[in-house]
Amino acid sequence: MGFGPNLSVNYAEAVSMILFAIGFTNLLLQKNLIKKIIGLNIMDTATYLFLALKGYIQGRVAPIVVDGVQEVEAYINPIPGGLVLTGIVVSVSVSALMLSLTIRLYRRYHTLDLDEISTLLKKEEN
Amino acid sequence: MDFVQNIPFFSILLSLFSGTVTSMVNGKWAKRINAFIITVIMAMSTVLLFYLLGTKESYTFMMGHFPAPWGNEIRAGVLEALMALFFCIIMLLSLVGGRGHLEREIAPSKQNLYYILINLLLSSLLALIYTNDLFTAYVFVEINTISACGLIMIRQNGHTFEAAVRYMIMSLLGSGLLLLGICILYDCTGHLLMSNIKSSIIMMAATGDYHIPLVVAIAFICVGLAIKSALFPFHSWLPNAYGYSTASSAAILSSLVSKGYIFLLIKICYRVIGWEVILSSKVIHILFLFGLCGMIMGSLSAISENDIRRMIAFSSVAQIGYIYMGIGLGTLEGMTASIYHILSHAATKSLLFIAAVGLTDTSGQSKKFIDLTGAAYRNKPAGIAFTVGALSMVGIPGFSGFISKLLFGTACIQNTPYKMLPTLICLGISTILNAIYFMKTVIRIYTPVKSPYDNMPVKKSFRYAGALVCFVILNIVLGMCSTPIVNMIQMGLKMFS
Repeated sequence: MGFGPNLSVNYAEAVSMILFAIGFTNLLLQKNLIKKIIGLNIMDTATYLFLALKGYIQGRVAPIVVDGVQEVEAYINPIPGGLVLTGIVVSVSVSALMLSLTIRLYRRYHTLDLDEISTLLKKEEN
Repeated sequence: MDFVQNIPFFSILLSLFSGTVTSMVNGKWAKRINAFIITVIMAMSTVLLFYLLGTKESYTFMMGHFPAPWGNEIRAGVLEALMALFFCIIMLLSLVGGRGHLEREIAPSKQNLYYILINLLLSSLLALIYTNDLFTAYVFVEINTISACGLIMIRQNGHTFEAAVRYMIMSLLGSGLLLLGICILYDCTGHLLMSNIKSSIIMMAATGDYHIPLVVAIAFICVGLAIKSALFPFHSWLPNAYGYSTASSAAILSSLVSKGYIFLLIKICYRVIGWEVILSSKVIHILFLFGLCGMIMGSLSAISENDIRRMIAFSSVAQIGYIYMGIGLGTLEGMTASIYHILSHAATKSLLFIAAVGLTDTSGQSKKFIDLTGAAYRNKPAGIAFTVGALSMVGIPGFSGFISKLLFGTACIQNTPYKMLPTLICLGISTILNAIYFMKTVIRIYTPVKSPYDNMPVKKSFRYAGALVCFVILNIVLGMCSTPIVNMIQMGLKMFS
């Protein structure tokens, strides 16, 4: 079993994993808080892309009944869409929380660099 | 269906509902409503626990009107009810013990907000305990994170904001991995309910399909939850978050929030992936290794710490290492020891945080050891309680910590030599290190010296002393009557599979 044929079929999933890794490393390693939040959003969006890709079936349509109920085979699976919506709600609220914390820290220390804030805090203590 | 079976659903909903009610009243009423609701949930969990001990089997509760593969489900067994009861007790005692500080450290206009966060936290913990649906678990993990972040930053100063940001960053990394793991599992199996996923995974493991995605998903979920519960290399946010937040928050965060995630991980191991598949995937060896490192490194950091609250926080890192070590042993005995340690550590660590706050109060709010010299004479209940907590953490017979060390010891002796030797060595070293930093602190607070704080009036609070007495009793009960609790844990674990 080689990776070749799988990769050419699932190249979009591979892209979403690479995006996830980019977002993850940004959230972990960037010093700037705003860049961290951007990383968080890239990471979450990559997961939604992955879910949406897995939920899609070639040749079928979105599960919205237009003219009378058709058979089940006509539609794609609606659950990944629901999961993505829930995930978006969660990610919006944590982004808002992070942004508000960033504003608070910026007003106090006039910098967005987390390490610099830590140094300032240590100075404040002594 | 018996009426008692509605209890898990009622407790989650009651807690959520009281959150909305407390947002509309002032701080004083919010406090009363909150205490009342926690007591009610505690009583209901007790009833549920006895009911389940009577029926001896777990049950699933259908949410809404759709049956298994489509609808959402709640599941309750002995272990879940025990956890819910225990979490309610700890939460109530931590709130009562830290109430004086809450009233001083949080602006009066924001008092009721604190209780909203507590209610949200409790409901999310209960949901994590009871849910039978992976995606519901993910959503409540996020609610848990957000409310825990609020608990850290409600005492507003630079330190807590920085700690909250660091906490959020680590937590979000963890929940990102958890979400991705859940998505991969969903894509492989086509289900979100734990029992359905498990039957699909057993089939997949038998045929060998999707082997790599399955291992990747297990790794993502384990690592994600390990990051969220501050396993050793991911603990950088923890000392500041526990050290600078208000006392009740520190007690609740260390004893409940991180434990909720560990409980979810145990539940996923048994109920979603299945114990055999977890064992064959070898992911738990990594948890075992990091657990061992955490046991040593956490204690070493605690020894070099000069601040009593941060010292207790680093001790938490070591104790979480113990729990992961027990899970990593990969046996029923190891798992029992881990779950017992979740209870024992929760009871002891919240006691230590609440007692430490009493000691710092009589030392001019300083958390430095040099100012704490002789503090136990200035605040006698706090001194005694701190000593009890310290003895329990070290593992002196009669207190809860001894039983968990005993269980860990027996569990690793029954294991293969590859895991037995390192575990026993690390257990020994870690116990000695524990003894060094806790006994150092106890000796310091009982050193009779003249101190500038001697003549400061000490505000006597019966509420505070009462909470400490309850904590001490809880500790001794866990230490003295461990057999029924261990039996309950084993019965609950049997119900899992």
